[in-house]
Amino acid sequence: MPVDIDAAVIANRRLSADYNVLSLAAPEIAATARPGQFVMIKTSGGQDPLLRRPFSIFEVLRDDSGAPIGVSIFNKRVGAGTTLLSRVEAGTRLALLGPLGRPFEPVDPPAEAWMVAGGVGLAPFVTLAEALASRGTRATLFYGARRAEELYCVELFDALGVSVVLSTEDGSAGVRGRVTVPLSAALEQRPLGNPVKLYVCGPTPMMHACAQLANAHGRACDVSLEQVMGCGLGGCYSCVVQARGADAGKPHHTRTCIDGPVFDARRIVWETIAAHH
Amino acid sequence: MDLSVQIGSLRLANPLIAASGCFGYGVEYAEIVDLSSLGGVAVKGLFLSEREGHPPPRIVETPSGMLNAIGLQGIGVHRFVAERLPELRERNAIVIVNICGTTLDEYVEVARILSEAEGVHALELNISCPNIKEGGITFGCSLPGTHAVVSAVRKVTTLPVIPKLTPNVTDVASFARAAEEAGADAISLVNTFLAMAIDVHTRRPKLTNIVGGLSGPAIRPIAVRMVYECRRAVKIPIVGMGGIATADDVLEFMIAGANAVQVGTMNFVDPFIWTKLMDGIRDYMTKHAIARLQDIVGTVDTSAREKAWISS
Repeated sequence: MPVDIDAAVIANRRLSADYNVLSLAAPEIAATARPGQFVMIKTSGGQDPLLRRPFSIFEVLRDDSGAPIGVSIFNKRVGAGTTLLSRVEAGTRLALLGPLGRPFEPVDPPAEAWMVAGGVGLAPFVTLAEALASRGTRATLFYGARRAEELYCVELFDALGVSVVLSTEDGSAGVRGRVTVPLSAALEQRPLGNPVKLYVCGPTPMMHACAQLANAHGRACDVSLEQVMGCGLGGCYSCVVQARGADAGKPHHTRTCIDGPVFDARRIVWETIAAHH
Repeated sequence: MDLSVQIGSLRLANPLIAASGCFGYGVEYAEIVDLSSLGGVAVKGLFLSEREGHPPPRIVETPSGMLNAIGLQGIGVHRFVAERLPELRERNAIVIVNICGTTLDEYVEVARILSEAEGVHALELNISCPNIKEGGITFGCSLPGTHAVVSAVRKVTTLPVIPKLTPNVTDVASFARAAEEAGADAISLVNTFLAMAIDVHTRRPKLTNIVGGLSGPAIRPIAVRMVYECRRAVKIPIVGMGGIATADDVLEFMIAGANAVQVGTMNFVDPFIWTKLMDGIRDYMTKHAIARLQDIVGTVDTSAREKAWISS
């Protein structure tokens, strides 16, 4: 059940001019959060911006005894709300509602998990990597950005035993090109008998391309979608995407907040999302 | 302390109603809000059939407010009765169903179906959605249209009938009078203000629908003024709404003339707002020694301000 916490900022770790990791004290949310779930954060105490913003839970923070004490978010400065969150100082209190949304379902061995992240789309994968590690599932992270300086927090995945495959569009780190270049090569090499599931989060065209690759290679693929959200609880119908039902019938406007954010990629009518970005 | 409100034959335990379009079908919130603790739950607008609504983006923030153009996405009255109403009944919610129509006949048919369903307590007539082209607001922007919809629905139901008025007219009080004359048990106002936001870099409207409805604290003073005008025009109960965020806002609407209120946009910001509002109302009643909350309705004291004009 989601709770609303008046959460103190524990730390605001700046990664670059545009990225920061914000740690928040919220043991009740940390204790029940599942991989890929999100929180709704009120970025100001006043009415501008008025609405909360959705953020994937980036890390579940624990004390020395392993007890959950809070969560962090991976913030990219884009608009008014994320700019406020890039500047907040330790001790500031922010309203934090969560955990929310349909989580990732981690696969068990012998299946392998391939996480595919583009830019700020890295956000939901630390919690998934932890869940995979605890199951003993072999995991790979394909992580792409424009240039080397925009690849963050890789050490968190190294520490969990995840194989990391980096790519940059300018070739300054890892494979040159988009994240689909190494992903496509890996899919080509993977024998069909060896099950693998893809988990994808990033810009819409990147997720669409990954979904097409997964489909072409007959691999299961879940995507974590980000849409403009009003409430996070299914009340406002703002965050809809065109998605087919489980029966693969006619697509309907489907709420990302409660039916997602994680969807089987085959359900999504990608053209309708791309059209409004 | 008596916080109850009478609307036609319906008695609400308190004046706080979840606003239609801002609370899903109520069941979405059942895990975190005790639905039976609310005065009522106004569920999302229903047509006869399912509707897909508009393509996103459907909302955009504006200073102290938001624009929406959801386009009345909905599951239709039949699925509502079969799939949502049983849970609302089980949770003892006072269910106010917001009904829509593209034609007069559709309003009547939806009203008839809901009147036969168990667990519906009142009908709110949506004649004010600014986001759909056909029906709805075309009734709400015409005095004969308003009168016609209200009297047609009145004939087929014994449930309290509450037309929801649009603020997008010159004289909202005349619409309140038309509704009262047609047999409405109460009126609710205001629906959203027709508005627009443009991205200056792309020169595109920020909403797919181009225009949308403005809600939130930004509209509150206009809504309070309209409730005040309607209170002087009609005797029937008024359900006031527009950007209510605090208990003081609830009280302001009631002093202006509202018997009950709805909370919409601010429920998105704080889904736990209800207990905070209730606590604040109780504190106010204690502080001002008010035993019966309805005693403050329409008690705005304009006399001192009027005297200032005479003496100036």
